[in-house]
Amino acid sequence: MENIKDVVLKYVVDEYLDDPEDEMTYETPLISGGIVDSFSMVSLKRFLEATYKISLPDDRATPEAFDTVNSITDLVNEFLAKK
Amino acid sequence: MGYSDKVRGIYQDTLQKIEGAGLFKTERKIFSAQSAEIEVEFPAGAPRKRVINMCANNYLGLSSHPDVVAAAHQGLDTHGYGMSSVRFICGTQDIHKELEQKITEFLGTEDTILFPSCMDANAGVFEAILTEEDVMISDRLVHASIIDGIRLSPAMRDTFKHQNMEHLEQKLIQFADKRVKIVITDGVFSMDGDTARLDEMVALCEKYDALLFVDDSHSSGFIGKTGRGTHEKYNVMGKIDIITTTFGKALGGASGGCVSGRKELVEMCRQKARPYLFSNTIAPVVVAGVLNVLETLSKSTERRDKLETNSAYWRQGLLDAGFVLQPGDTPIVPVMLFNAKLAQDFSRDLYAEGIYAIGFFFPVVPNGAARIRTQISAAHEIHHLDKALEAFIKVGKKYNILGKDKKQIIEMYGM
Amino acid sequence: MYTRMNAFLQAELEQIKSAGLYKEERVLVSPQSAEITLINGARVLNFCANNYLGLADHPRLIEAAKEALDTHGYGMSSVRFICGTTDLHKVLEQKIAEFFGTEDTILYAAAFDANGGVFEPLLGPKDAIISDTLNHASIIDGVRLCKAELYRFANANMEQLEERLILAQEHNFRLIVTDGVFSMDGNVAPMDKIVELANKYDAMVMVDECHSAGVVGPTGRGVTELFNLRGEVEIITGTLGKAFGGAIGGFTTGKKEIIALLRQRSRPYLFSNSLPPHIVNAGIRMFEMMSETSELQDRLHENTTYFVEHMKAAGFDLKPTKSAICAVMLYDAFLSKQMADMLLEEGIYVIGFSFPVVPKGQARIRVQLSAGHTRAHLDKAIAAFTKVGRKLGVIQ
Repeated sequence: MENIKDVVLKYVVDEYLDDPEDEMTYETPLISGGIVDSFSMVSLKRFLEATYKISLPDDRATPEAFDTVNSITDLVNEFLAKK
Repeated sequence: MGYSDKVRGIYQDTLQKIEGAGLFKTERKIFSAQSAEIEVEFPAGAPRKRVINMCANNYLGLSSHPDVVAAAHQGLDTHGYGMSSVRFICGTQDIHKELEQKITEFLGTEDTILFPSCMDANAGVFEAILTEEDVMISDRLVHASIIDGIRLSPAMRDTFKHQNMEHLEQKLIQFADKRVKIVITDGVFSMDGDTARLDEMVALCEKYDALLFVDDSHSSGFIGKTGRGTHEKYNVMGKIDIITTTFGKALGGASGGCVSGRKELVEMCRQKARPYLFSNTIAPVVVAGVLNVLETLSKSTERRDKLETNSAYWRQGLLDAGFVLQPGDTPIVPVMLFNAKLAQDFSRDLYAEGIYAIGFFFPVVPNGAARIRTQISAAHEIHHLDKALEAFIKVGKKYNILGKDKKQIIEMYGM
Repeated sequence: MYTRMNAFLQAELEQIKSAGLYKEERVLVSPQSAEITLINGARVLNFCANNYLGLADHPRLIEAAKEALDTHGYGMSSVRFICGTTDLHKVLEQKIAEFFGTEDTILYAAAFDANGGVFEPLLGPKDAIISDTLNHASIIDGVRLCKAELYRFANANMEQLEERLILAQEHNFRLIVTDGVFSMDGNVAPMDKIVELANKYDAMVMVDECHSAGVVGPTGRGVTELFNLRGEVEIITGTLGKAFGGAIGGFTTGKKEIIALLRQRSRPYLFSNSLPPHIVNAGIRMFEMMSETSELQDRLHENTTYFVEHMKAAGFDLKPTKSAICAVMLYDAFLSKQMADMLLEEGIYVIGFSFPVVPKGQARIRVQLSAGHTRAHLDKAIAAFTKVGRKLGVIQ
């Protein structure tokens, strides 16, 4: 399976960055940094659920959990392990 | 009660944090009518000062125009002060129906419904017309009131990159199976002053069978060759399914807003939009003023023409001086400073020079995109603009940013 | 696209019509007053406005509005914090705080916005809102926009409120929310008991005074005056759109830190226009009038007592009221509408309310009294109610 981190990073770059030249790392703050707004988070959640066939409950899909590619990856891994 | 010293302390801390982060909003007291020149007390207790206002939404200079004031006087005499009622109980006067009709004609739509504000129009419209089988696809930079409306609607939500038509198209394809797709955009974006490409959006909406919603609050009255709005500029009048707009900016600036568009959509709002059903009707004095404004605008394009000339003059002056501006051709001209503290310092120094223009920074604009948003009015005369330009240049020199590009300014002051 | 949507909407509108829920608007061609003129030329007595103090066409308010039109213009074309705050706005905020005995006030474009914008800035996911089930729609929308957990208690039911407060002890902050006067029944929230429970369970209290300010309490200072709790409730929301002149505008008044935080974070305040200066100046004049005399409040109380006594004597079934709202119970939706229509023919303008605005089987005509009504107006209304009531077999 492709590295989750890179899949998430690629999606975030394609989906949210206006300028693909902007630098983006696994630790770039997405929500607190204003890159992903709370609405757009919904499509990110949908993407993760569809790609990894998991279901993320609303109380776990928080702005904190979605704030960096690393934290998103942790969340995905946690729910993949539960499958 | 529960408001112990502990609770008080918690709220005090929160306020201090806002202040510490440099995000505290201070109100400046104005002792005059809204106009090109205003009399301001700032900071509180300081002597009053007459300054040139460069940050009102008074685009057409009608906020204190004698004709509008006279019409308001007359409205008070003929239709009283308040209605003390929602529309459908006993809050509908002949002039409310007349205003709805005039807006419909002005915008070239099928029908119109008034709301106490455009904030309420945007907050109420999506819930009234959409269900959980539908999807709302909004530009990422739409106004906060639209975001509240989207939050209150049961339909699914998604966003597309600002003004990015390829991304919008992807989303329209992705949601092909939805009962109703509605694409949501501002006509003119209030922070950047750019206009939505409504011709391209109409084409996409037609191709993918979607409704198009446009908030034209920062366009109605002056964008397009007769000031009807962004849809006039892009030659798509009659093709926008829903337009919301405000009377609180160019159209007199008092209060009130509306939803205008397809007649069944408007009718659904009359039956179901909560801010319409549960909030007061617009006061007759306000209605009388807006009616006068629409009459003036239907007779002559003089004011919007002057606004266009003023805006071009101002924009060119700033560019020649070497400021970094957001590109565009509207009366919203953002002078980019990138750093929040620089924006605040710049604004303070302008005030000392007799120019009133305030800084905008996160969360109103993205981090590292702080700016002074200037807004031009038909009430400005060239001498106002020249004086403002002189002040901008003086302060710009002080901070050594003239002729510097984005990268250089960020190197000097940080994001 | 629109063709498909159109078909769906037309079906939905038909459904609203066949359910008898379609709202038609009656057009007035006169100012709002005790006596109004409809577009067909009919002069009728108005018993369905929130014009409790009869100020909607008061010459002193009109004069104040005109004065400010001349000194401060028609509109501000700005939100408050950019360039939309005049000296008048600050004076009105102060006057409202004095009126309610609170610490500070923030103005909104409408009370709908005051209620819509009060919860989200103050409460987060760890907090709890405990709300009366009959609270106004704007409170419900405000709660929907806030992440705090919602608990609901049946209308004015103190046992249930206590149960909910016990359940909510695990939360960080608790806020009890109630209307002061409930707009469909006219009953007053038991503020004494609510405050007692709030003290016992360490909760804050918010009361919406839209239908009580100017009306309830010996001098019309609202439910906090009625229950001797002036200045003790943390948050009061209210409107300038009903008793207080009826134009537009709402406010939140209360503890100063709360008001200060709302100025920083409340979305309808930050993103909506400043109230026009003429409305603000009329508001100032109105509060000055209130502090000069309680004449209007007294007249409203007399009118309400007179109307209720005579309607009861005539045999009508009324909900117990402590406000200027008098619900004439008919229990049947069709009957309510028919009776309202027949009363209009008699020159009395009232509205029948049925499900979903009131519970099923609780249909009624809601009468709203005003200080603008004269004794002759009241007698005419009582006579018309009696005549139509007899004809429809509602009373003997």
